[in-house]
Amino acid sequence: MKKLFKRTAAAAFAAAALASGLAQAAEPIKIGAILSVTGGASFLGDPEKKTLEMFVDRINKDGGVLGRKVELIVYDDAGAADKAASFTKRLIDSDNVDLLIGGSTTATTMAAVPLAEKNEIPFISLAGAVTIVEPVKKWVFKTPHTDRMAAQKIFEDMKKRGLTKVALISEDAGFGKSGRDQSVAVAKEMGLEIVADETYSPKDPDVTAQLTKIKNAPGVQAVLNFGFGQGPAIVTKNYKQLGVSAPLYQSHGVASKEFIKLTGEAAEGVRLPAAGLVVADQLPAADPQKPVVTEFRKAFQTAHGMEPSTFAGHAYDGLQIALAAINRAGSTDKAKVRDAIEQTSGYVGTGGIVTMSATDHMGLSPKAFHMVEIRQGDWSLVD
Amino acid sequence: MVSEFLQYLFSGVTIGAIYALSGLGFSIIYNSSHVINFAQGEFIMIGGMATVSLVGMGVPLALAIPLAVAVTMLVGFALEKLAVEPARGASVTTLIIITIGASIFLRGVAQVIWGKDFHSLPAFSGDAPIGVFGATLMPQSLWVLGVTLAVILVLGWFFNRTLFGKAMLATSVNAMAARLVGINVKRVLLMSFGLSAALGAVGGIVVTPITFTSYEAGIMLGLKGFAAAVLGGLGNGAGAIAGGLIVGIAEAMGAGYLSSAYKDAIAFVIILFVLFFLPSGLFGKRGADRV
Repeated sequence: MKKLFKRTAAAAFAAAALASGLAQAAEPIKIGAILSVTGGASFLGDPEKKTLEMFVDRINKDGGVLGRKVELIVYDDAGAADKAASFTKRLIDSDNVDLLIGGSTTATTMAAVPLAEKNEIPFISLAGAVTIVEPVKKWVFKTPHTDRMAAQKIFEDMKKRGLTKVALISEDAGFGKSGRDQSVAVAKEMGLEIVADETYSPKDPDVTAQLTKIKNAPGVQAVLNFGFGQGPAIVTKNYKQLGVSAPLYQSHGVASKEFIKLTGEAAEGVRLPAAGLVVADQLPAADPQKPVVTEFRKAFQTAHGMEPSTFAGHAYDGLQIALAAINRAGSTDKAKVRDAIEQTSGYVGTGGIVTMSATDHMGLSPKAFHMVEIRQGDWSLVD
Repeated sequence: MVSEFLQYLFSGVTIGAIYALSGLGFSIIYNSSHVINFAQGEFIMIGGMATVSLVGMGVPLALAIPLAVAVTMLVGFALEKLAVEPARGASVTTLIIITIGASIFLRGVAQVIWGKDFHSLPAFSGDAPIGVFGATLMPQSLWVLGVTLAVILVLGWFFNRTLFGKAMLATSVNAMAARLVGINVKRVLLMSFGLSAALGAVGGIVVTPITFTSYEAGIMLGLKGFAAAVLGGLGNGAGAIAGGLIVGIAEAMGAGYLSSAYKDAIAFVIILFVLFFLPSGLFGKRGADRV
């Protein structure tokens, strides 16, 4: 009697488990995205949204992940950190998402981080600053390169050319400010000397005054400009106007064809670190990134009629890393997915080759950057 | 030493001329309606963007410029007809708020039409810098200065020598009296929006090769132009020019001789200082309202 009861119970349990398993199979995998699609950071969020939507569609057409469809829920925080926080809460509490992607900017990411940590949901950020993954947060990962890596790559190149006395000219907001601080710190570590340190506002129409000061500063061997948008283009044009002879370096913030278009001839000889995606055409055939970035560019170009920016690439990498991890984990169990993301190893993405670990939740090295020089209106690989 | 000073001066004059052109537009509308049109920056942006589009479509620059000015003028007329005129009886403050709303709307439309990228135009007479005593000046800066001067002369002639210009001035002095002597005040207001839109467009076009343009370009140019107009005395054309040049040169000298981190602060301290002693600006009317 007792034995029979036990057997029935076991059978019932098995049936229940099977039923719930079936129900789960029908339920989609929910990915929540908080992106700055409009507002000042829309140049980040807009291509990110396009990329996520495009590739989620593709994956669903190919049968989804683990036999389940992928459902993407996107909220636009318009670049505001408080909105990012409330949308994150909504994604977690009412949409019951399995994983979070986004935070187009460092500010919106940092607003979402405490919520992801508290609710124990894997979170892949698309923002730049090193503070997102340093110190390591258990549930938080990111795909883009950091400004610190860019500074390392640039100073390495300067050292190779025997240039050790550097002048900085940086935008006095967000990206430029953080880049300047990282540059000062990295220069010290690498034994370079900062001999001039000037700033400009993001919308300044002319920076010849600052550049004249740099030109007249004694011993300047190279100049580094951290910023993005119109600022670096104006710096480059003014640099040429003043005829400064020291080589000019730009950051990865301007690694787009738009920069070359805006500056024209003045960009000749400018060097900058760029992700594989930007220089897809120039990569040697043997480069492991070549097929990935060529394929991604083609797909984006056909769908949207324009070249994908590196930001679109970050979203692509985030989605691929997330889905691959869910696949390896075999379920959407949050702890298992988190562990699987952390075990990402040798993933070849648009930003570089990603190998994460318990102490590195980004998984890229300065090698992910290629040093390029602008020659005759196009990128040319230096290394 | 001399070359350094000259370079700072050239930089300041270039920036200043850009601010001045923007400031002039504020003055015209203020003159005829006492409204500060915060969509002035958007006129500048539309002028630049429309020219870029037309040039991109293969229209020669010499034809693209008048076309773009005409487009911007139409936007100015539409703004007056559709947003300002229906609120005729409203207070000046309400009208100013309407122009702020219009500026946000125009920026949004521009973003949809032209996207979020930066655009540029080729410099009108090449990119070879002109050397003067070791300092360099771009030919485009001379264009900006020249156009600014030409605009002042034309405006001076228009306001002092033509009937319609005089009617606009009369309206600015006393709208009620102007109406009584048969001036069509409604048309004056409409024309003032068209005129300052055209002016903004001209400014936007000549500065685009230097500063580039994007859907957001009007924010900074509008704000600095407003500062220039206030410094020089709202409603005074020559004042707007002087104000623009003072702000521009103060910024460049501040960045050159003091610290680039404080250059904006230096310009604003000068503005505050001037307004503290001359509340109606450098060239503003000294009169006070009597009740």
